[in-house]
Amino acid sequence: MQTTILKAASNFLLPVLLLFSIFILLRGHYLPGGGFIGGLIASSAFVLDAFANGLVYTKSMLRFHPGFLMPLGLTFSFLAAISPFFVGKPLMHALWMKGHIPVIGKLGTPLIFDIGVYLVVIGAALTIIFTISESR
Amino acid sequence: MLIVVLIGFLLSALLLFTGNFFKEKKLSTLLTILPLGILIYLLSFGKKIAQGEVIYLHYEWIPAFDVSLNLRLDGLSFLFGLLISGIGTLVFLYTSSYLKGHHFIDRFYSYLSMFMAAMLGLVLSDNLITIFIFWELTSITSFFLIGFNNESESCRRSALVALGVTGFGGFFLLAAAVLVGASTGTYALSEVLSNPEALQSSNYFSLICIFIALAAFTKSAQFPFHFWLPGAMQAPTPVSTYLHSATMVKAGVYLLFRFYPAFEGADLWHNLLIVFGAITMIYSAYHIIFRIDLKSILAYSTIAALGILVFLIGLGTKMAITAAAVFIVVHALYKASLFLIVGIVDHETGTRDITKLSGLRQKLMPIFIIGIIAAAVSGGIPPTLGFIGKELIYESTFHFSRSVVFLTILAVFTKILLFYAGFVVGVKPFTGSLPTSLHKVHMPDYKMFIPPAIMVSLGLFFGVFPSFIENFISKPVTQISGFTDVEHLKIWHGFSEILVFSMVTILIGTIMYLTLKPNYKLKGFISKLEVISPLQLMNDLNQGFEKISGWWTNLFQNGYLRHYVATCVLFMVTSIGYVVVFNFNLDLADQAFHQLTFHEVAIIVIMLGAVIFTVVTRSRLAAVVAMGIVGFSFSLIFLFYGAPDLAMTQFSVDTLTVILFVLVLYKLPKYLKLTKNVLRLEHGILSLTFGTLISMIILMVLQQPVQKEASEYYGDNAYLLAKGKNVVNVILVDFRGIDTLIEVSVLTVASLGVFGLIKLRIRSRDKK
Repeated sequence: MQTTILKAASNFLLPVLLLFSIFILLRGHYLPGGGFIGGLIASSAFVLDAFANGLVYTKSMLRFHPGFLMPLGLTFSFLAAISPFFVGKPLMHALWMKGHIPVIGKLGTPLIFDIGVYLVVIGAALTIIFTISESR
Repeated sequence: MLIVVLIGFLLSALLLFTGNFFKEKKLSTLLTILPLGILIYLLSFGKKIAQGEVIYLHYEWIPAFDVSLNLRLDGLSFLFGLLISGIGTLVFLYTSSYLKGHHFIDRFYSYLSMFMAAMLGLVLSDNLITIFIFWELTSITSFFLIGFNNESESCRRSALVALGVTGFGGFFLLAAAVLVGASTGTYALSEVLSNPEALQSSNYFSLICIFIALAAFTKSAQFPFHFWLPGAMQAPTPVSTYLHSATMVKAGVYLLFRFYPAFEGADLWHNLLIVFGAITMIYSAYHIIFRIDLKSILAYSTIAALGILVFLIGLGTKMAITAAAVFIVVHALYKASLFLIVGIVDHETGTRDITKLSGLRQKLMPIFIIGIIAAAVSGGIPPTLGFIGKELIYESTFHFSRSVVFLTILAVFTKILLFYAGFVVGVKPFTGSLPTSLHKVHMPDYKMFIPPAIMVSLGLFFGVFPSFIENFISKPVTQISGFTDVEHLKIWHGFSEILVFSMVTILIGTIMYLTLKPNYKLKGFISKLEVISPLQLMNDLNQGFEKISGWWTNLFQNGYLRHYVATCVLFMVTSIGYVVVFNFNLDLADQAFHQLTFHEVAIIVIMLGAVIFTVVTRSRLAAVVAMGIVGFSFSLIFLFYGAPDLAMTQFSVDTLTVILFVLVLYKLPKYLKLTKNVLRLEHGILSLTFGTLISMIILMVLQQPVQKEASEYYGDNAYLLAKGKNVVNVILVDFRGIDTLIEVSVLTVASLGVFGLIKLRIRSRDKK
């Protein structure tokens, strides 16, 4: 299924889609989007790349196994969930930084939590798809 | 006090890491310090207990469920605590020599100290739930100890049987505890027992009564649950000594004792205990004659002794309760020492077959002397404590209110056979001429014969000076039963009928011992009756159960994915179909069909077309793509109805699903028609019915007034509380963040599962 057109397109589409997924992730708190959708979009971007350039290429480009994103993401989410303990608040209590950052908006533990979800979704989806496509 | 309960568990955990050290340095004797320390600690309370004091200690555990680690040391706990730690000390010492150099000796000590801790916890607890927990812990540790020789299949089987039977009883204990809690409002045992009226007026009284009795019967090996105990004799001798004669099997008796104030006077209770106790003692006493294996003889005599105890508690008179308390001590002393003697004989000669053992006195003279005294205590020959125990038993049957003759005959019959059993085990192997095969036998280590020597000396000493033990016996009896005093223990009761019974017992017992020789003929006779024994019945029941569950499993689990799906769908259709069809009243006029817009109709048409195409197409890829179209149409519907988040998610998920399908299908062979037309028709009808049903449910749901409280709350507070404008996302990452956290964990586990399963298959194929 490796065609020149798809190859050429995917070289552009991959970074664009990844940027888009991060955009979707960040805006999730105010507009449609969020970690879950962002993660799915990012995984589709990699899957598209794998279709166009072959799985071996995509994997070598990633440098590490996508499975490692899962524990990383879980750590993010978990830390975000327990961080209120350090200031004497109950589990999952949202902490927000004061002030406003351009593009992202307000920065707080829910965003870190969502980033964790984003990473887990990419890791899980890619692990499943890559594993299945490798099996013969 | 808490340390007494916990230290055993601590030691057993510690042995995990230090076991090798103890094993290599051969320091296992040192571990005896633990039970000895507990014994000394408990003895330090002796004075307070003798004054009738009850020591309470309160530790909160799960206050929300009224479960607390309440400990209570009263006369009864004290008596049992002394038995557990005292015999524990001797058994620990004995084991260090018995299992010297054994590969798993550290493991053995670990189980043993865990068991001791559980047992102490059981007798010290004052809360029904913790009693249940410790009760189960003793069953579990017993399982590990019976199956200690885990390479032998029969050991493993016996361990399972024992666990099954005692675990079965454990259920009843839990049920009884819950019922007691429900009817009295507390799980604190001392509160329940100090106010027995509350329990007796409960609707569940008879049930509680039966459940407690059942729990005790299974643990204390009463007929028809007795069969696990002879099997449990597969365990190493120290285990048989400690768990299956001196302590664990007495847990049931302890429970009956403990609940005595609550059930006293209830006919059901007394009759249950008398009948089952009597059957047990007769049934197993009679079995003693037919046994060849020394441990087997002891097993049946233990069951008989437990029967006597249950029987005595059932009689429930002051005399009977005193007799039971004395007999607990007597039995622990002589039975444990007989077991230890059998262990020595087994250890030195390598056999427990009574027909092959004789003349050992030439080699093991000190053991022979211990054996004679143990047999004397067991047979109730004066001036041992056994004699006092036996007299009390006869007194209580002879002075009971009804069926005096019958009950006394039962007691005498059982005691005669116990006398016989004691002498066969304690004396017979040592008399006669020494066969040549046993010429190399030599005396064991002092660690092995000191423990039984101590026990029998105590049996003799307490017999001559009963006042030393009277306080230990009288306190439990008075505290439990409310009698102000107990019968004075004394060795000489004067000339009476009771003395005649004692003499008759000793006489007939001696005649039996001299004339009846255990042999294989007798054993063969009883083996024929095994067909109708409870053990056989249980095995048959197990096999039947296995067959039925095998058939049942094969019926549903035939390995075809479509079959599983069809079964699930069929179940749902039948279970909810009835309700839906009979409650379905849809007013079609209400449905705003006229409001349908063009794009909505278009989507529906596309979806329908895609579904039909999926069913009829002969290409896998086309079917997958058609399914994808359905999914994308759904995301359009979500978009139309104002759920952009959902639409985006559905869209991405569908994209990935299609890709996944294509990846898998790419590798499959060409689409073949494998199923029969009839089956396809069946599945088609099933799918249509299911679809219709789901549609009906959705229409019904839409007719219900919508509960908007939750969505309104989230809508109102998303920005105020969580500083987010996208409610869906705020719910995901904030309001219900814990759910999300768990979901992503599940996602991780699932994908690891896929990874593991497929990689494993690839790797195993690569190896080939």
